[in-house]
Amino acid sequence: MLTVEGLTKRFGGFIALGGVSFEVREGEILGLIGPNGSGKTTAFNCISGALTPTAGTITFRGEDITRLTPDAVCHRGIARTFQIPRPFRKLPILENVAVAAHYGAARPTTEAEARQHAREVLTLVGLPTDPHASPALLGAGGLKKLELARALATHPRLLLADESLGGLDLAEMASAADMLRRVRGELGVTIVWVEHIMATLMRVVDRVVVLDHGEKIAEGKPLEVAEDPKVVEAYLGEKIVLA
Amino acid sequence: MTPGRLAALALLAALAAAPFVPMAGMRQYVLHVTIQIFIWSFIGGAWSLMGRFGLVSLGHGAFLGLGAYAATLLWNFYGLTPWVGGLVAVALTVGFALVVAYPCSRFRILGHYFALVTLAVGEVVRLLIIAERDWTGGSLGLTLRPARTDASLLAIQYADKRVFYYASLVVWLLGLWVWTLLDRSMARAAMEAIGEDETAAASVGIHVTRFKLGITALSAALTALGGVLYAQYFTYVNPDTLAGIGVSLRIVFAVVLGGMYSLLGPTVGTALTIALSEYLRVIFGVKFIGMAETIYGLLLVLFIIFLPSGIYGSARGLLRRRRTLEASATA
Ligand SMILES: Nc1ncnc2c1ncn2[C@@H]1O[C@H](COP(=O)(O)OP(=O)(O)OP(=O)(O)O)[C@@H](O)[C@H]1O
Ligand SMILES: [Mg+2]
Repeated sequence: MLTVEGLTKRFGGFIALGGVSFEVREGEILGLIGPNGSGKTTAFNCISGALTPTAGTITFRGEDITRLTPDAVCHRGIARTFQIPRPFRKLPILENVAVAAHYGAARPTTEAEARQHAREVLTLVGLPTDPHASPALLGAGGLKKLELARALATHPRLLLADESLGGLDLAEMASAADMLRRVRGELGVTIVWVEHIMATLMRVVDRVVVLDHGEKIAEGKPLEVAEDPKVVEAYLGEKIVLA
Repeated sequence: MTPGRLAALALLAALAAAPFVPMAGMRQYVLHVTIQIFIWSFIGGAWSLMGRFGLVSLGHGAFLGLGAYAATLLWNFYGLTPWVGGLVAVALTVGFALVVAYPCSRFRILGHYFALVTLAVGEVVRLLIIAERDWTGGSLGLTLRPARTDASLLAIQYADKRVFYYASLVVWLLGLWVWTLLDRSMARAAMEAIGEDETAAASVGIHVTRFKLGITALSAALTALGGVLYAQYFTYVNPDTLAGIGVSLRIVFAVVLGGMYSLLGPTVGTALTIALSEYLRVIFGVKFIGMAETIYGLLLVLFIIFLPSGIYGSARGLLRRRRTLEASATA
């Protein structure tokens, strides 16, 4: 579905991504993991058009999308969430999602349809659909949900979820993982899930790609990858717990 | 019918009847001041279309000047009726605005930088008008070539102030209508999103550049229209009153004073600043030169510090809060 080939991103002299290649298959949940600063968010920024890659190509459903602008990428069916939630604080929760539903859909929708769709998505993630509820009322978990709802409202085929679950407690983490599983199940959305706390992620994903210092160091089934000595080393021996 | 609607209708009826109320010789003066309030409120409203979304332009004088001068020059030199000349002037101004706005949007010139760029643009237009004195009259200004009769529809020149009173009333209402249409549309949410976070807005499919160019074009078009109307009413244009820093700041001050996030904020702010400067001018006359301006400036600073969402905006906010309190008390 999505093919990334030789993806390279330089910031001045610093190489954030040094020729990374991987593939996302239709219908899967792919985990993209790696220690802090390994280039996960940068990869998302390149795929979604927020950053222009220095080199490499990105192909989505047979189309080269390497140099598309973010809004065009969104219209092709790729949505992304931000690691640190970026809600539109001046807009009510409902409008945050409705504006995404209205402008993010590939085909034109009316404002009423957009609001209706926004209510459905908000219900799915478990946020209030009250037209006056403001994002100011939400805590860290709520803002994460809003981030997800806003991305899902654009009718994506592929969701790039940048979920560093920092700031959430164990129960919230488990429910976030549960949420992504439901999103794939109920909406049929393929997911790339970024995370650096591996334990939660490993239980949910079908395959894992591991980045370290902008290079891909491993790829495969969660169990195999967790045993890989290079991965263990990258995580400085941090124990990868698999329940 | 809601009380708000009723009040609006009553106000409209009063405004429509005003020119016929006997005012004991004061009529010409009152009409003159009211026309100015309508025209400058309309221009302030046009500015606020951008300002409320964080596109704080300090160069709207450029659009105002271009509109006023283009229509005036077309009439003076080519005898082109302002009905057509005004349209040409608006189109020209929109073209100019897009040329300025495109690079600003492309290179993400935002916030203070945007304010500074537009400030410079406004000054450039003023200096250009002064430099091209052969046909613009330079800093002395330019008088609209008089029509052959006292009342000419073709030239939009009327000795009777009442004509301009109604014309400016209609234009002012047009501005309020445009503001309301935008305010109720999803486009407002998109602009709000862009004003807050362009990256996040683009990520949900909002075409940031298109929206910014669109709102700039709309704001510039209405401002230019205000300029054309100003020129037709005063029959005299001058680079200092219609372009450059002075007039650009005057527009911004009035809107900020009244409140840029509400429909009537720009009007309330403009009415207050015009009334205040008229009052101070009458009180001090020529006795203490600069005194009126000093007090005016001081009051503005105080208002802006203590009422950040404007006089009208703050008052409305207070009313709303009281209403929701009452509602929750009765619930
Ligand atoms: N816009 C930028 N300019 C310069 N350097 C950047 C920029 N964005 C990211 N980097 C650098 O690129 C490297 C990779 O960053 P990235 O955000 O992709 O890491 P990450 O894998 O998402 O880390 P984390 O797990 O902490 O979110 C980091 O060293 C970061 O400092
Ligand atoms: Mg990151």
